[in-house]
Parts: sequence; structure tokens; C-alpha cells
Amino acid sequence: MYVDPEIIRLLAFLIGVIAFAALNAAYLVWLERKEAAHIQRRIGPKEVGPFGLFQPLVDGIKLMTKQLIVPAGVDPVLFKIAPILVMVPAIMSFVTIPFSDTLVARNLDIGLLAIFAFASVNVLGLLLGAWGSRNKYAVISAARVVSQNVAYEIPMLVTVVTLVMISGTMNLSKIVGLQMGGFWHWNIFNFSASPLMPVAFLIFFVCMLAETNRAPFDMAEAESELVAGAFTEYSGMGFGVFFMGEYANIVIGASVATILFLGGWDCPFGLFPGVHWFLIKMYFLIFTVIWIRWTYPRTTFYGLLNLSWKILIPISFVNLILTSAMLKVF
Amino acid sequence: MSAFAESEAKETFVLNLGPQHPATHGVLRVKLTMDGEYIVEAEPVLGYIHRMHEKMGENRTWAQFLPNTGRMDYLHALAFNHGYVSVVERAAGIEVPERAEYLRVITSELNRVSSHLLWFGAFILDLGGFSPLLYAFDDREHILDLLESVTGSRLTYCYFRFGGVYNDIDGDFVVGARAFIKRLRGRMPMYHNLVTKNIILMKRLREVGPISAEMCRKYGATGPVCRGSGINFDVRKHEPYSIYPEMDFEVPVYEQCDSMARYMVRMDEIEQSLRIVEQALDKLPEGPVMADKVPKIIKPPKGDYYHAVETARGSFGVRVVSDGSNTPYRLKLRSPTYSNLSLYGEACQGMLLPDALALMGSLDLVIPEIDR
Amino acid sequence: MIDYLREIISGTWSLFVGLGITIRYFFQPVVTVQYPHETLPMTPRFRGHIELVKDEETGEPKCIVCGMCQKACPSNCITVNGEKREGVKGKVLTEYTLDFTKCSLCGLCVESCTPKAITFSKDYNLAGVRKEAYIFDLKKRLEAKN
Repeated sequence: MYVDPEIIRLLAFLIGVIAFAALNAAYLVWLERKEAAHIQRRIGPKEVGPFGLFQPLVDGIKLMTKQLIVPAGVDPVLFKIAPILVMVPAIMSFVTIPFSDTLVARNLDIGLLAIFAFASVNVLGLLLGAWGSRNKYAVISAARVVSQNVAYEIPMLVTVVTLVMISGTMNLSKIVGLQMGGFWHWNIFNFSASPLMPVAFLIFFVCMLAETNRAPFDMAEAESELVAGAFTEYSGMGFGVFFMGEYANIVIGASVATILFLGGWDCPFGLFPGVHWFLIKMYFLIFTVIWIRWTYPRTTFYGLLNLSWKILIPISFVNLILTSAMLKVF
Repeated sequence: MSAFAESEAKETFVLNLGPQHPATHGVLRVKLTMDGEYIVEAEPVLGYIHRMHEKMGENRTWAQFLPNTGRMDYLHALAFNHGYVSVVERAAGIEVPERAEYLRVITSELNRVSSHLLWFGAFILDLGGFSPLLYAFDDREHILDLLESVTGSRLTYCYFRFGGVYNDIDGDFVVGARAFIKRLRGRMPMYHNLVTKNIILMKRLREVGPISAEMCRKYGATGPVCRGSGINFDVRKHEPYSIYPEMDFEVPVYEQCDSMARYMVRMDEIEQSLRIVEQALDKLPEGPVMADKVPKIIKPPKGDYYHAVETARGSFGVRVVSDGSNTPYRLKLRSPTYSNLSLYGEACQGMLLPDALALMGSLDLVIPEIDR
Repeated sequence: MIDYLREIISGTWSLFVGLGITIRYFFQPVVTVQYPHETLPMTPRFRGHIELVKDEETGEPKCIVCGMCQKACPSNCITVNGEKREGVKGKVLTEYTLDFTKCSLCGLCVESCTPKAITFSKDYNLAGVRKEAYIFDLKKRLEAKN
């Protein structure tokens, strides 16, 4: 029987991607707890395994063995479908992400567009889950998720459009290919395209934090205001899948930032490019995301709207115009 | 009231904030009528942990009520001890040795610092910042160790007695207290850089949660709440008791009336309290820590007595009526947070939920003291 | 416009200052004590539950059954009983019960005790599953210690 090797390759990648997403979700929780602990001068998980390394395993078993309570009065379909709607797009986004020049499941020409299309589904998942759980706190959280979505998508996409203009392609591998050969070729330091590129990176990073519902923009979860926000009624693995989806989204966000601005798998000194550089940069960004969470207080959603409309959008448009002008001139 | 709340609210819903909610720091329930995320009406519901301390006082001897006082405001227990022992001393005419008064002020000011540090951490936690809480606890732990070495307890000290204090301090305490003052002074710039100057925090607290001076007078708000609204009132200055008149300290007053003003008042008070402790340690006289002629069974003469002290949250007053027997005839406790909370319903009308919770945090509520 | 830009720059700077502080703490050693693997010594003045004091000469409790502690206790958690015995001056202690479920650890009993017959124990690991375990017979505890 003849099987197309392409199908086998895709299957292998699919399994690999799911495993990568799940493993990341599990160990990012561990990293988050450890990093938070050390910032606060504690030790963090240490009892289960060396350095508490088996903690995610035990947490997973605990979440899976718990009863999945479906409270009376919830919308049974939406309530159950919502966690999946958060998790699946995150995994699908992994398909287009090039970890190195050969390590990519499907090198789409519209890879960038696909990722942003999938990322928007995440909001839908949170909205449906919150709305379906028939809880007042969750409904407030649902309203916040949507207002937050309006706030961060515009500056983020404007920044991405700037990059697409510079690169002339939406193929993620090609975008990285243009940045090869040392850190001075990376888009973040691409001053010949626009002197505002480091600012553009900051804007993208801030929007990425908002997109992944991370502090200081975790208004949808806001445990001191809304108890647990959208997840208030979720228990057991329903909550666990939401959680995994959230961490998978962080990985996606950090990967995209690495690809767009930090030169993907390129070595900063032009030596031995490869997947290890990609992972180093990506995990450094994730470390920063966690570091930010344990440093700042939370903003409010009108704070985010003010930030977005008064600061991020004007600056990203200035950057866009500047870039197009400079592309025209040079 | 905002224009939004004035417009006819057609679709409102009731949101029960508490009795178990992460932001209420205890079993306080606030019944919110909400229009979207705007608060149309807020009604604090009290009494979930009411323990009838006033009635308990009428059924116990004067001395037996003493442990109860520390259990009302568990964060500034020594000030509550101080208020009660002072009123009984006034009633029974007991003279307190000078050294004992110094010890009372030193320990209760350290306790005030520990209370403000905990408030600082919990307030930032309400706003969603986690790490400052743990940093504040790191410092607070030093105070608790110091106070434990003197009083034998870490939270409900019950250290003051009619006519003095229970134990004398030793040299280690003086050294430890001086070291702590130095340590905390070194840490304050860190707190200000990490939290006070943070743009996110400023945006959340500046011009948010206004409490006017008039509102403070109307509801009888005291302490940092009224000092953040421009009212210069501090019992330590205006109805001086103990050795406070001999101490050189300032009362921080801010005029802005917003949550930031109340925050700054408390942060400045930490520094002023450290100043008081330092001066008291310098001037600490020798002598006994307990008056000689304290009767074993106290029976104050018939009469009506009142004494107020400044706790970390405001003015705490005790009024006792004695009929000459060995139990109080009537014991009335005026606790500061009760008055401070009562203005909450008016203050948060028309506010957004996150701002209203920031306002609640800035009031520094201790629920057992409200439901005493 | 200048204020607008100044606010953006100073605000962003304040955020970086905050990050600098937390990362410095990240690399500093931890300050917590890993209880229960490590414990701190209790201060000598620690107020635990009360314990009877033994008379070093006779080996009997020092208590003279005056009942002052019982009277001083705000929560009525102390019960003292004694009896007259031939050839012994004063009363002899037969029962000293502390109902620790009610005790608020105020220490008024220890203060009221003239012969200094009760003291604070330094036990703080007090956890159990039965309420009855906290009605301490202090006389038996003293005998068990001997």
C-alpha cells in the first residue's frame, strides 16, 4: 500500500505539535510558579520530584480526576465547547510556525494571516464560555474580553502590516530568511526601514500581552474583582483546558514576536543558526511575560482602551507612515 | 454621581460582592446594584462575624475584657489595648510609670507600621500586583519577631495592663528595633520605585474614588481616610494622650481626596511612626514598668468615662459607664472602620467595579473591627 | 503634545524601573524558612497553653489550689479541684483541667498565680482530629513528664 510520505510527515508534525503545546502548558505553569516564587524570595514548588519538576504531572492528574461539574442553568453545549474553542486554535497556529528553516509543519504563504485569524477565535471561546456559564461575574468578564479585543487588535495588526510591508511577504519562513546574518539584520533593529522599530516591537509585545490575557491586562480573569472571571464556573479539566489554551497562546505569541522581530532561528552573531536560537529567544520572551505579571498591578479595561487609542494606535500609524515613506525614498 | 448613573437605569442587576470574595478581606458583603459595570447603588451588609464584644464586656470583670480588645482589630491590636487600658486607668485613677508609657508607644507604633505594611501589600493585591505583598510581609515579619520577643505573641498581643505593661523590654529589643528602623528606611525607596511611581498604579489611583472632606465629616470618617481628604485630625495631636505630646512628629495630610491621597498618607505615616519609635528609644527612661498600687480587683468609682486613641485606621474610642462594681455597667466601643465603611455606599455611586474595589482597598477595612 | 510624550516616556521608564527591582530580587537568596523541614526557635516568652510547674523538692505540683487562675480566666476554661489531706498543710491538687478549645492564650492565669505554679508551654504544633484531645489534664501531663 502506498502512503504519501507527506501525510506521514504531517501526522508526525501534528502529534509533535500537540505534544509540544501540552508539554509547554504543563511546564510553563511550573516555570511561572518558580519564577514568581523567586521574585518574591520564596522557593516555590519543591516537594514533588527534584525542584518540584513533577508538580505539573501531579497537578494534571488532580485536574483530570476531579469531577467536571456542569452547574444547573448553564448552556450545556456552549459550556463544554468553550474550552475546546480556546485550545484548538492555539494548536492549529503551531502548524504554520517555523521553528527552523526545515522544522515547520506546513509552510503557508499566508502563515501570518492564518495565525491572526486563529488567534481571534480565542476571544470567541472565552466569550462563549463566560456567557454560557450563567454567572454574573463571568458575564462581566465576557463583556471585558470583547472590549479588550477591540483595543489591542488594531495596533497589533497595524504593526504587523508595517512588517509585511518591509518584508513583502506573509510567509513566516521568508520573513525570517530576510533577517538572517546577525542581530543588526533583525527587524527590531531595522533602522533603515523605520527608526521606530524598537517601539514597534514594544507595541507588538504589549498587544501580545493583552491578546493572551496576561497581566497587567488580565481583566477578564481579575481574581480580586471578578473572582475568576470567565472561569468562575469551570472545574476539573474544563478549567485545565482553558489554562492549557492560555499558555499555548503565550507560546504562540512569543514565537510570532521572535519570528517577526527577533530573527527567528538566526544567531545574533551570525554563527550556527538553528532551532536552539529560536527556543532561547522564545523562552526569554515567555520569561519576560511572566516577569511582567509578577511586577505590575492590573490595569482597568478603560485604562487599556485609553492606552490603545491614545498611545498605541497613533504611534503604530506614525510608524506605518514613516516606514512607507522610507520604503518609497530608499 | 456620574451622568451615566443619573440617566434612567433600565436594566440593572444585583451583584453580591461577598460575603466570600477575594477583595473584601473577610466576611463583608456588599450588595451592588449594577448597570453593566457601573455601580448604581452599593449597600454594605454587616454582621457576619458579630461577636457582641460590648455585651461580653458587661459580663466580665474589667481585666477579663482586656484580651477581647486585641481581637477586634487584629492588625493594630496594641492600640486597641491602649484605648481600653487608658480608659480604665482614667476611671480608676491609676498612675502609669513613665517607662511603661514609653514602652506602650514604642510597641504600638511598631504595630502601626506592621498594620500599614500589611495594608500596603493587600491593597496592591487588590489592584492585581502580587510581589509587593510578599516584600511587605518580609518586613512585617521582623516587627512580629520583635513584638513576639517582648509580648510572647505575634498577633493578639494583650501586652498592656492596668497600670503598666506586662513585661519589660531587654537590650536585644532595643538593638533589634533600631536595626529594623534602619532596614525599613532603606526599603521605602524600593517600595516607592516599584509601586508608588508605577504608571499603572498612578492611573488607577489618581483622581479615582473621591471622598470629600464634607463626606468624611458627615459619616465620621477618621484616620488616613479623613487625612487623605485634607482634614488635619489625628488623636495623637489633637487629644494628646500617653507621651505623644513629647514626641516630634508630623501628621501627613493630603488634599487630593482620591485613593492616591489615602495611599500616600499611609506611606508617610510609616515613616513618621519610625521617627516616633526612634525618639522614644532615645528618651526611654529607667524605672518600673508597672504601677505599685494597682488593686487586684478593679472597681472604678461610679461615673462615665471616655478615652480615644489613634489606631492605624482612625480614632478608636472607648466609653465605659461604671456603677462601682467589678464589671462595667456599659461598654461602648467606637471603632474607626465602621464609620469609614459607612461612607462607601455614597462614595462609590456611579463608579466602575474595578475603581470601586480600589476605593474599598484604600479604606483599609478590617472586618472583625466592623462587626465587633 | 510635549506633556503627552513626556508622560509616555516617564511612564515607560517607571515600568522598566519596576522590572529592574523584581529581577534583582529574583537573583537574591530566598528568605523563607522551609517549615516543617526547618523550624525557628521559639522566643522564651512565647505564650503557649499553660503547664503546671513541679516543686523541685517534693516532686508534686506547686499549685496551692487557691483558684485565682480559675477566677482570672475570661473564658472559664480552667477547672481546679483540691482536697484536704492528713499531715499536709493546705490543700492538695486533685484535678487541674484546661479546656484548650476555649482558651484564648491571654496569659491572665499565669499572671494571677502567686506561687508561680503555672507556666507557658512552648508547644505550637497542636493539631488533632478530635475535640476531646484538647481537654488537657495538666496534672497527668506533669506526671507523664516525670
